[in-house]
Amino acid sequence: MANVQLRDVHKSFGATHIIKGIDLEIAHGEFVVFVGPSGCGKSTLLRMIAGLEDITSGEISIKDRVVNDLPPKDRGIAMVFQSYALFPHMTVRQNVGFGLKINNTPPAELESRVNEAARILKMENLLDRKPSQLSGGQRQRVAIGRAIVRNPEVFLFDEPLSNLDAALRVNTRAEIAKLHNDLGATMIYVTHDQVEAMTLADKIVVLEAGKIRQVGSPLELYHKPNNLFVAGFIGSPKMNFMEVEAVSSSASGVIIKSADFTEQRIPVAKGNVKAGDKLTLGIRPENMRADTKGDLKISGKMELVEHLGHETFVEAKTKSGVSFTGLIDGETLVKLGQDMALSFKANDCHLFDAAGEAVHRLKVPEIVHA
Amino acid sequence: MSSPSTNIEPTGPRPHPWLEWDRVVVYAFLTLTALYFLAPLYIVIITSFKDLDHIRDGNIFWPQTAYPDGVHFYDPWRRAWWEVCTGLECHGISPNFWNSVKVTVPSVIVSVAVALTTGYALSNWPFKMSEAFFTVLIVGSFVPYQVMLYPMVLLTKNMGIYSTLTAVIFVHTVFGLPFLTLLFRNYFASLPVELFKAARVDGAGFWRILIQIFVPMSLPILTVAVILQVTGIWNDFLFGVVFAGLPNYPMTVKLNNIFTSSFGVKEYNVEMAATILTGAVPLLIYFLSGRYFVRGIAAGAVKG
Repeated sequence: MANVQLRDVHKSFGATHIIKGIDLEIAHGEFVVFVGPSGCGKSTLLRMIAGLEDITSGEISIKDRVVNDLPPKDRGIAMVFQSYALFPHMTVRQNVGFGLKINNTPPAELESRVNEAARILKMENLLDRKPSQLSGGQRQRVAIGRAIVRNPEVFLFDEPLSNLDAALRVNTRAEIAKLHNDLGATMIYVTHDQVEAMTLADKIVVLEAGKIRQVGSPLELYHKPNNLFVAGFIGSPKMNFMEVEAVSSSASGVIIKSADFTEQRIPVAKGNVKAGDKLTLGIRPENMRADTKGDLKISGKMELVEHLGHETFVEAKTKSGVSFTGLIDGETLVKLGQDMALSFKANDCHLFDAAGEAVHRLKVPEIVHA
Repeated sequence: MSSPSTNIEPTGPRPHPWLEWDRVVVYAFLTLTALYFLAPLYIVIITSFKDLDHIRDGNIFWPQTAYPDGVHFYDPWRRAWWEVCTGLECHGISPNFWNSVKVTVPSVIVSVAVALTTGYALSNWPFKMSEAFFTVLIVGSFVPYQVMLYPMVLLTKNMGIYSTLTAVIFVHTVFGLPFLTLLFRNYFASLPVELFKAARVDGAGFWRILIQIFVPMSLPILTVAVILQVTGIWNDFLFGVVFAGLPNYPMTVKLNNIFTSSFGVKEYNVEMAATILTGAVPLLIYFLSGRYFVRGIAAGAVKG
């Protein structure tokens, strides 16, 4: 069973502390995605698992074996790089077979394993070409082939799709998902693209400044973000945040108010919230509706209107100067500069305390636990 | 009047009349400059095919077309290669040609191989103090040779190789290393680091990555290094004169001796032939590899 465990892993480059204590359990066959803004340490963490980067302190084990001091080749991993990292002077066949050749694999076996990898990735016709004769998508496929052929316990992907154009990215994403399904291997995947994270992951690890902010399934992160950072990072367009004040709190929720809202009860766990606390209300743009049938209403002047056809993205500012966005029905008539009221349900609201930690919602869509 | 739909964008070079004032000036200048620089080479070549009587006639721009009986156009070349004397020794310049070959080939191979490996280690396998080491190298490539000449003489003497070809090879190799290492380090630092990492994940070690991945990818810079070293070492005079000892003088030193020994008649034709023979090797190298040389320099310049 190729599980991966990280225990209190730290990394410093000189005086700069990059990774600040990571604890993580990855089960066999799981597809785990590391996401975070650039500079959060996600790629460094992946390279540490690969063995390309030393660990300053802590412990990494793969398959229940501590690998801190093992070189990459002895860790049972294979890695796919953002720039493909194909050797330009070798043919595809030689590129894919390079690792096997180093292991002194018998020629016949090498040949059959390279052909098998080529078959899985449908690139048999490319085997005798040089990387310079391949398109971006084909190169990426060869890079994945080079990983597959070594039959690793753990696949590591370092932003493998970011050099591909949009259409190819969607295709290759689907291929990677299928590959994970077929091979059943553990995969760790680094990206800054949350669509990739949401679509591919069994488990997403959100990193910020060298620390894990939340670990969970894609829908868990979407519906139950633990803090402001995760709430703002997952979901596109970004969640709206508005300053509110707690009026009172009880077992059935917290009653809030602000300059823009009348008093309203939000169904969240009472937690430590007391009357008078400053809170942040979070509401996703896609939960906004262009009528006043929701529990909370907010009105403002439209500052940006983008008609996307099936939906319309609007950005507006209230009289008190709070900006908010909404994704509303595409057939609603909205004009720039128009005053308009949007509304949303209390059930869809998120609340965060002054420290940015979530006050847990009482009602979460059932799909999260399905 | 044409409708907008038939509006076609112009392609190809900008049209211009066949004869243009500024072009005439440019070409005239280029032609004159080329002639000016080619004139010495032309005179050297035709003089090397003349006999001494013809040279004494004084018309240095005209080649000799007819030779007296028993005199051949190749006589000066034969004398230069096999017969010309310096002092009492009359073996021509050929033994010194072979001396130069014996110095150049091992010095180039050893210095390039060592610098290649060191540059690769410095760029991809950083160790403690490797940055400091690199700084020392940079400083080292700016130290004038003359400063190190006397210490080097002492060193080679103590090693027991002074006044042999080995000493010349040793000195050339040592003095070539700082700059060559710099060259290779910077080139390797410009290669995508992910190639190195991918090879490591595949299980390749220090030497395998160097030989199977990096060397095949560094052909342009290898060409540059080899050309720099071959021409530099072949053209060297100082180390040859100081370290080789009389019987081991390289071609350049011998050529100088042929010119300066004033014994009997001054044989201009033989001297010119010896000059061309000495300059032929670097010239050939430039002609044969000029394209790769420029490409290598450009590759280093853009990426480095």
